[in-house]
Amino acid sequence: MYLILVGGGNVGMQLAKKLIQRGHEVLLMEKDSRQALRLATVLGEDSVFVGDGCEIATQKQAGFNRADAVVAVTGEDEDNLVVCQMAKVVWNVQRVLARVNDPTHEAIFKKVGVDQTVSATSLIFSLLDQQITTDEFIPVGALAKGNIEIVETVLSQRSPVVGKSVREISLPTQTNIVWIIRKEQGVLVSGDTELMAGDTILALVPGDQADALRDILVAKV
Amino acid sequence: MNVLIFGCGRTGAALALQLAKTHTVTVIEQNPEAVRRLGQRHNCKVVIGSGIDEDTLLRAGIAQTDAFFAVTRGDNTNLMAAQVAKINYNVKHICVRVADPNRAQAYKDLGMYCITPALIIAGMMRDWVTDSPYESIDVYNNLPKELEVL
Repeated sequence: MYLILVGGGNVGMQLAKKLIQRGHEVLLMEKDSRQALRLATVLGEDSVFVGDGCEIATQKQAGFNRADAVVAVTGEDEDNLVVCQMAKVVWNVQRVLARVNDPTHEAIFKKVGVDQTVSATSLIFSLLDQQITTDEFIPVGALAKGNIEIVETVLSQRSPVVGKSVREISLPTQTNIVWIIRKEQGVLVSGDTELMAGDTILALVPGDQADALRDILVAKV
Repeated sequence: MNVLIFGCGRTGAALALQLAKTHTVTVIEQNPEAVRRLGQRHNCKVVIGSGIDEDTLLRAGIAQTDAFFAVTRGDNTNLMAAQVAKINYNVKHICVRVADPNRAQAYKDLGMYCITPALIIAGMMRDWVTDSPYESIDVYNNLPKELEVL
């Protein structure tokens, strides 16, 4: 595969290194000639191209017309957007990927036809988010055209219902805890069943009561 | 008409001051210093920020904008801002300054109205020195064969 990367910062260099190790033909484009020189000592001269990846003349020299994929990884979203768009529109490149620095820009990249975007900010945020908030309340399915929802949540230590029996919890109207999964075993629920941290709760709840149920089962952040 | 101008360089300032006589003009500029070009007594609204940032665009009233001009010195910045205005906010009249003639052509093919100052200046100078009658701006603004890369 012939892969063209635009932007010879840290991301571009490390990515190029890995792709070369995999045996791909890689060209890393960098407009700053001094930085390009540094890159050439690491990656080899044949894998580095000095020039502005946003210019059609440079793209032509770099061989955009035969690239299997173009990857834009500069630190500027506007540059990445234009590189990708030109790769698609002018050179008809099949796979076009962009690094997006400001996650709010991901939508516009998709809308102009960039196949795939990666945002380090979004990735780190979602990892952090998972670690900080363990109390997820997941809609699993819907019955009766969405009037009834099936929801799932795992009780954390901090859940206000841990240690209580089902009878002690005042559930919203017409709501039922139908199943508890504890240590990978199903537990039949009765009024006496005591809820424990780590339990996966499956409940049936009217659509308009789902938020109320969440407030009862899930610890506030 | 509500006019939004991104970039308060010489072009942006000249455009803003002239249009502000008869229209409602808002200027977006990253550099607070550059806003001085508007002088002391202008009646433009000024928003400090970037025209590719949607929060800034919303503060500048993009949702009620009739005409959007992207005239910073960054071609890619202008092109991205213009596409956000077009795709996300459906602004009716959009005009983009693109210094690179070939890049401008690629985006003209996509339906953007791009103006390349260098082509207009060069065309006018050519006609001036050869004593030819001046042509329309759109003729000057076309990519000349001599510069075609593809």
